Amino acid sequence: MTAQTETLVTRGTRVRVRRAGSGKPVLFLHGAGGWPAWLPFFERLSQRFALMVPEHPSFGASDDPHWLRDVADLAMYYLDLLDSAYSSPVHVIGHSLGGWTAAEAAIRNTRRIASLTLLAPTGIRVKGIPPGDNFIWSPEEAIRNRYYNQSFADALLQAPPPDEAQLDIDLQNRVAAVKFGWEPRWFNPALEKWLHRIAVPTHVVWGVQDKILPSAYAALWSERVAGAQISMVEACGHSPHIEQCDLVTEKVIALLDRA
Amino acid sequence: MKFTCFHLMPYRPLDLKAAAEHRSAWVVLPNSFYDPKKGAAEYDSYLDQLTSAEKLGFDVIGVNEHHQTAYGMMPAPNLIASALIQRTKTIKIAILGRALPIVGNPINIAEEFAMLDVLSKGRIIAGFVRGIGAEYHSTGVNPAFSHERFHEAHDLIIKAWTTVGPFEFEGNHFRNRYVNLWPRPYQTPHPPVWIPSMGSRETIDWASAPERKYPFLVTFSSEAAVVRYLNMYRDTAQGHGYTAEGSQLGWAVPLYVADTDARAREEAKAGIETLFNNFLPMPWEMLLPPGYTSNASLKATMKIRTALGSRARNQTIDELMANGTAVIGSPRTVLEKIERVREQTGLENLIVMPQFGVMPDEFAKRNMELFASEVMPKLR
Repeated sequence: MTAQTETLVTRGTRVRVRRAGSGKPVLFLHGAGGWPAWLPFFERLSQRFALMVPEHPSFGASDDPHWLRDVADLAMYYLDLLDSAYSSPVHVIGHSLGGWTAAEAAIRNTRRIASLTLLAPTGIRVKGIPPGDNFIWSPEEAIRNRYYNQSFADALLQAPPPDEAQLDIDLQNRVAAVKFGWEPRWFNPALEKWLHRIAVPTHVVWGVQDKILPSAYAALWSERVAGAQISMVEACGHSPHIEQCDLVTEKVIALLDRA
Repeated sequence: MKFTCFHLMPYRPLDLKAAAEHRSAWVVLPNSFYDPKKGAAEYDSYLDQLTSAEKLGFDVIGVNEHHQTAYGMMPAPNLIASALIQRTKTIKIAILGRALPIVGNPINIAEEFAMLDVLSKGRIIAGFVRGIGAEYHSTGVNPAFSHERFHEAHDLIIKAWTTVGPFEFEGNHFRNRYVNLWPRPYQTPHPPVWIPSMGSRETIDWASAPERKYPFLVTFSSEAAVVRYLNMYRDTAQGHGYTAEGSQLGWAVPLYVADTDARAREEAKAGIETLFNNFLPMPWEMLLPPGYTSNASLKATMKIRTALGSRARNQTIDELMANGTAVIGSPRTVLEKIERVREQTGLENLIVMPQFGVMPDEFAKRNMELFASEVMPKLR
């Protein structure tokens, strides 16, 4: 199936989205690396669900509105989007920064959220276990530290250098990542204390060998979100839906079917 | 031409070989490399050098601010300025500069400069900078808001210096219900403001605007870049409808004079090469974190400054002399090089850095004396 690329306008802010499939609505919120290509994970989900993958405002070629200052703003933007782009509750999947954003939205209002799937979400801090400092790593270190299975990193590192248009998008992605994640580093001190307000089915998925956000973080999510299902994925780094696609897709679909 | 004697205060006792095992001499170099007893001796040497600039006839002595690095030992440059006020009588003291975006409350900077200005009876020149990228790693301040915070802090400080208080300041990053400086600056309307910069169109546009006319100092750049940026400033000023004074055009440069070219090269070699190859290098991720500059500036900088952001290649004294990043030679050679830049730009504000890298006190002292006696008078 080929995803359609469109422009989605929400209260005047234009972002790029890819959509494919039909069925229950599923919204995927990407991580700080930027808008992903059409991944096998997306392909599999779109065979069963109506999947939409937006590029966050401030990232890539989406609008970079001046009012968007932090992840709390981004979460409010997505609550607007859920209201304007959908007529029924949506299953929200968020990876890393996208998981943080989904959780920020859910503590505010779950009226339009059917379930939450958080793949290695940032957003909270386990004291004494800092995340890896992706902002000081070289580009190669950043890519290598993303994966347990280094063949994924090798493939990215062997790719031809980006053209001018892609370089602009990459630079803008890095600026957006800094805006949302620099300080406090990848978390909001005010998020953890409100996580009990998330009263929709929640599934937290973590790679056991995550070098960016150690898997010890999964336990704190489990403590704070009542009834959250936790899936620890072996032989897996910070992108479980990429590195262990088959297993993670199966687990994600199982929750979406139940919820 | 006016002359500033400027210092970075590098930590010369650094174990260079062991330090090179680390990503940079900035941010991540363990402070176990620092020995406070040796550090105290360094402060003594450097304060003596700067103090001697007054007797030698320099117009200004200059210090600067950097954090968590062996490159410079002045995280709080105003403390050094305060010590210099007590050791000197008439010379101006420039803090080049304070990094405005990285403080929580810019009123502290306004207050400290006002105190120094009163303590020195009006001898202070206030430099305003954003700090280099590494400072955003060491302070945690978000580089994506660096420009906004700089402009807001600048506006707050100038207003605090020039407006009768108490008044309220309402910014996006800084909010103060009561702004009412005690003491307020000695100079009227306020201490002169200088803008040191590696050069960017945004900075030049802003500094040269008619309501500011802040002197602009190009730092650590090749002669070609110095000429380009100073002329960009002149042209921009012309575009604003006025002609820039030579005093608005500044060049900060490592400089070394000895009686012959050969001797100057020999004596300056270790100093200049350790400055550029040991103390200064840092990866791009530290030097220019995303958001610190516009994406357009970042792309341009990555193209022209390939050497600065990388440990990949060491720079030699000959390269640094050939491209004019360092001015090193006999009095005649040094004079010619400065005259050449002056002819091309109208430069009248020279910021001389006579000690750099591991250069010993004895060389720095002789360099300053020779520059003051053989070069300075001919440029006045």
